[in-house]
Amino acid sequence: MQVIESNIPLLIILLPLLGFLINGAIMPIFYRGFAKTPANVAGGIATFFIASSFILAVKAFLQVHEMGESSGAVLSYAFDWFNYGNLVIPFSLRIDALSSLMTLIITGVGSLIHIYSIGYMHHDHAVGRFFSYLNLFCFAMLLLVLGDSLVILFFGWEGVGLCSYLLIGFWYSDTEKANAGVKAFITNRVGDLGFLVGMFLLYSVFGTLTISEIVALLGNPDFIAKVTPVATLICLALFVGATGKSAQLPLYVWLPDAMAGPTPVSALIHAATMVTAGVYMVARLNPLFELSATALSVVANVGAVTALFAGTIAVAQTDIKKVLAYSTVSQLGYMFLACGVGAYNTAIFHLMTHAFFKALLFLGSGSVIHACSGEQDMRKMGGLKKYLPHTYITMLIGSLAISGIPIFSGFFSKDEIIYSTIALPAGFSHLFIIGVITAILTAFYTARMMSMTFLGEERLSHHAKDHLHESPWSMVGPLYVLAFLAAVGGLLGIPHLLGMNLGHIPHLISHWLSPIIAVKHLPLVGEHLPLHEGVVMFGSIVFAVGSFTIGWRTFKNKFFISDIVKGIAGVQQVLANKYYVDEIYDAVVITSLKGISSWAANVFDKVVIDGAVNGVAVVSRFFADKIRVIQNGDLQAYALVMLFGVFIVVVTVYGILNPL
Amino acid sequence: MIENSSSLLSWIIFAPLLFGAVLLVLPSKLERYFRTFALVAGVANLLLALKLWANFDGFISEMQFVQLVSWIPQLGISYFLGVDGISLPLVMLTAFITPIAILGTWPKDFSKLKQEKFFVFMVMVLQTGMYGTFLACDLFLFYFFWEIVLIPMFFLIGIWGGSERVYATTKFFIYTMVGSLLMLVAIMWMVYRHQQNFGVPSASLIDLAKLQYDFFHNGVCSAVFSEQGLLFLAFTLAFVIKVPMVPFHTWLPDAHVQAPTLGSVFLAAVLLKLGTYGLIRIAIPMFPEAASYFSMMMMILGIIGVIYGAFCAWGQSDFKKLVAYSSVSHMGYILVGLFSFNQVATAGSLYQMVNHGISSAGLFMIVGFLYERLHTRNLNDFGGIAKSAPIMAIAFMILTLSSVALPGTNGFVGEFTILFGTFQVRPVVALITGLGVIFGAIYALKAYQRVMFGPVTNDHNKHVADLSVREFLAMGILTVFIFGIGFFPNTFFGKSNSTLDSYSKQLMEKVIHE
Repeated sequence: MQVIESNIPLLIILLPLLGFLINGAIMPIFYRGFAKTPANVAGGIATFFIASSFILAVKAFLQVHEMGESSGAVLSYAFDWFNYGNLVIPFSLRIDALSSLMTLIITGVGSLIHIYSIGYMHHDHAVGRFFSYLNLFCFAMLLLVLGDSLVILFFGWEGVGLCSYLLIGFWYSDTEKANAGVKAFITNRVGDLGFLVGMFLLYSVFGTLTISEIVALLGNPDFIAKVTPVATLICLALFVGATGKSAQLPLYVWLPDAMAGPTPVSALIHAATMVTAGVYMVARLNPLFELSATALSVVANVGAVTALFAGTIAVAQTDIKKVLAYSTVSQLGYMFLACGVGAYNTAIFHLMTHAFFKALLFLGSGSVIHACSGEQDMRKMGGLKKYLPHTYITMLIGSLAISGIPIFSGFFSKDEIIYSTIALPAGFSHLFIIGVITAILTAFYTARMMSMTFLGEERLSHHAKDHLHESPWSMVGPLYVLAFLAAVGGLLGIPHLLGMNLGHIPHLISHWLSPIIAVKHLPLVGEHLPLHEGVVMFGSIVFAVGSFTIGWRTFKNKFFISDIVKGIAGVQQVLANKYYVDEIYDAVVITSLKGISSWAANVFDKVVIDGAVNGVAVVSRFFADKIRVIQNGDLQAYALVMLFGVFIVVVTVYGILNPL
Repeated sequence: MIENSSSLLSWIIFAPLLFGAVLLVLPSKLERYFRTFALVAGVANLLLALKLWANFDGFISEMQFVQLVSWIPQLGISYFLGVDGISLPLVMLTAFITPIAILGTWPKDFSKLKQEKFFVFMVMVLQTGMYGTFLACDLFLFYFFWEIVLIPMFFLIGIWGGSERVYATTKFFIYTMVGSLLMLVAIMWMVYRHQQNFGVPSASLIDLAKLQYDFFHNGVCSAVFSEQGLLFLAFTLAFVIKVPMVPFHTWLPDAHVQAPTLGSVFLAAVLLKLGTYGLIRIAIPMFPEAASYFSMMMMILGIIGVIYGAFCAWGQSDFKKLVAYSSVSHMGYILVGLFSFNQVATAGSLYQMVNHGISSAGLFMIVGFLYERLHTRNLNDFGGIAKSAPIMAIAFMILTLSSVALPGTNGFVGEFTILFGTFQVRPVVALITGLGVIFGAIYALKAYQRVMFGPVTNDHNKHVADLSVREFLAMGILTVFIFGIGFFPNTFFGKSNSTLDSYSKQLMEKVIHE
């Protein structure tokens, strides 16, 4: 493998950091106030820096490509972050096949979302703060994917958590929104502890935290034998971190609440980039995860169950962003399912297509919300198709993509995941069935969302209707670009079956990632598979189209399945309330911890510990009162005691100076 | 034999006292310039400290800038100063915190000052005590400076404190005094033992390190009542009261809440470190077998401090008490690190001492800013202040991030190094200590949220004045350190490496030797 040294990776992360500093510190000085930078200026600066990073990312991508079919790497070494004893952490960044792809997604989709935000945040009073946070987020996210050491990755990992916290609580005057930010940060911290422990364990075996060295060590069979016994523990600890950041069961609860942030934030952080960090980390460490069948099975099952669980909740939501939020949790579940069955390349493929179509859907929903004067309840929308034609058509493309309708990108990546669940060694299992059911649900709730929003009667309030308008071009433009990517992005991963029959079209993504993620050859047609690839593909097309059509037709003027099937009102209730998980967590975890803290602060510390301290004082005082009667003013008695005392002191000092 | 190489350390220790003496003869009508005078004195001392930093040789592990003058030869007491890689960062911390603290607690209204001359004089005496404790290489001298620190603190709380100041200052004084007396007895015993073994008494740390103290491993009772066990416990009790370690911590919240802001800043930033400095300088290296024997107990108490301190902080409604309990929690990490007997964790503990000094100083100043503007410390009275005071909000956010140990801030450098090192020898201890990562975030973000976010419910919060130039400068310097150390810990702590290396090496030899 060829590695060249270059400053490009460093520049890629530093440019957004510079943008953050300019919008965060210099512009407020220039305009003499924090809320005074005009939207165009703040947005222009922020977009300039992230777009520059994108251009450099393209350059780095080409460099990696030139070094021979993506097997090369571009390395920046800046300095030693830690260097004491055996704790040596170089601050170095690495662009290789996997991180170059991630960098392109982050800076590319990031640039589009920056442009969109100029229009979306135009009326906000604190655009400068918004764009500085957005740039800071890009810095941290790029650090996460480019860090060559797990500790640098962790730096980015915590950094994106901070930006997520700041941006969810962007409108901090609203206590509920600020609370959502805190919830996100603390839930993530639970996962972060797992990540930390995973790192420490990993170090105790590998003696290094540098990712390229870890991977190199895993090429040595002797070393593998040494690592295998602890691999499960390491992988599970790291995966705890992933469940926090990537919103998987049981730590997903923060993500739906994170919708309190501005919609471009939901698109960038809570759909396209940050929440995929866990998937990236697992894919990055795939040789390690490969050592533990147990860990992989946990990853696959958590992913599958989360996918199904969140998918069912999405069906019953009425807030357009909540539908998308649960959909994101569900799609992330798919990605972990793919990782868990060993199809890491497919997970990254779905990560990419998901970044396109989910960013598109979120930005589209933002355009709808923007047009409807902040309304997010789909029951109060309806019939918006003719008012928002651009938003409608682009969101429709996104919906078709996520639903897995052929030729759109989601079809390729999702189908590959479902097929992987039976094709790879795992074999036919409940994972396959869950994957298919979730696919059906996905098409269904997406169609429902589109139908409720754009079709049927116009249910918008008069006030909102008066202001109804299609969004400006700064917002619609990025929608079209993302729609294009969501439509054709899947062609980067033509399935084996089609590729063969259409004249040996390669699976570009798998091919590109092959230096990082060894391609496992999916069994060819006729090789003892429970189901033929063509059967799976045909089946999933039928299910997706059917489910989408039903959803599309049903919810023009109806809101819930229970409106049609009366018997399931109870189920509807449970789903609408998200299985009451928040309530259960609140009752079991939060309330008890709060109780402990209040008890510790107000009872135990005051009464028991301080009580003991003051008790000692009271007891001493009691004896002092008794003893003080000997201070009776009798001078002769004092003189006698004093003489006695002096005698003792003299003897003691003599004893010390002249030991026997 | 040790050669006197410089008098710089004496200058660092006694320059504040000299300035204080000058202050005493100044007429009281110049009262409004006394703070400026204190600031100039602080900066002068900082320059001396920077000179020390520049000339300190990071490749030498032993004491440098040594000054040795015989003082009371009959008792083996000498005026013996020196600095090594362990005391250097703490001296620098003291030197930087002093002017920052004076800037950040600048009085708004000079006409309302109470006994300003005595106040500033006490701050000067306090500095002499702090520097002296860090630089003393003679146990009696150490004890002398250790006790000197108590006097100005007693007056700072007792005269300029809040409504319950008498209770708080008495508690602080007696509590610390009880611990110190045991230490004094232990020191006398050690000097006596030196006399027994070598024929001459000596209180020099270097001489005393050559002594072997009896220690018995068979059973807790014989361990406690062996010579080394008793000495270790006597010193350790004195030190952990100062740290403070749970359950000896209850003087701290009271002292903090009653103390004036300047007192709180010194208390949190420097005085607590006297305790951990004592552990790393005396209790552990002098009595290694006993320290090793009791290490698990000390780590467990450290963990209890981390978790229990965090819970207590979470449950507070008084902002200043919350910050005080956060100190209990953060100092717990240092105990865990020091008693893990791991090289990296020990270094982490030293980093954490400095880092906690920086973040807690800043947080107490924020409490002070708000109290001065709104005359309340109750979290329920705040809310929405980010809108009226955005720069204060940014400063507070940066300090909060440092406190929750976000990577890129100094807090991460200390906590990560401690956890990393501790995990190598005691994975379970590191794991439980790591819970502090979660609970630390809970109370810190709660405090931030209650103060800065949410709607403005209290009309007074609508027009909170943002930071003044002086306050901004104080916060700005702290910010530079927070991110400077966060990104480049080697630049700041590199000079400590060889001392830390030899500290751990000698400790391991002694412990494993047993």
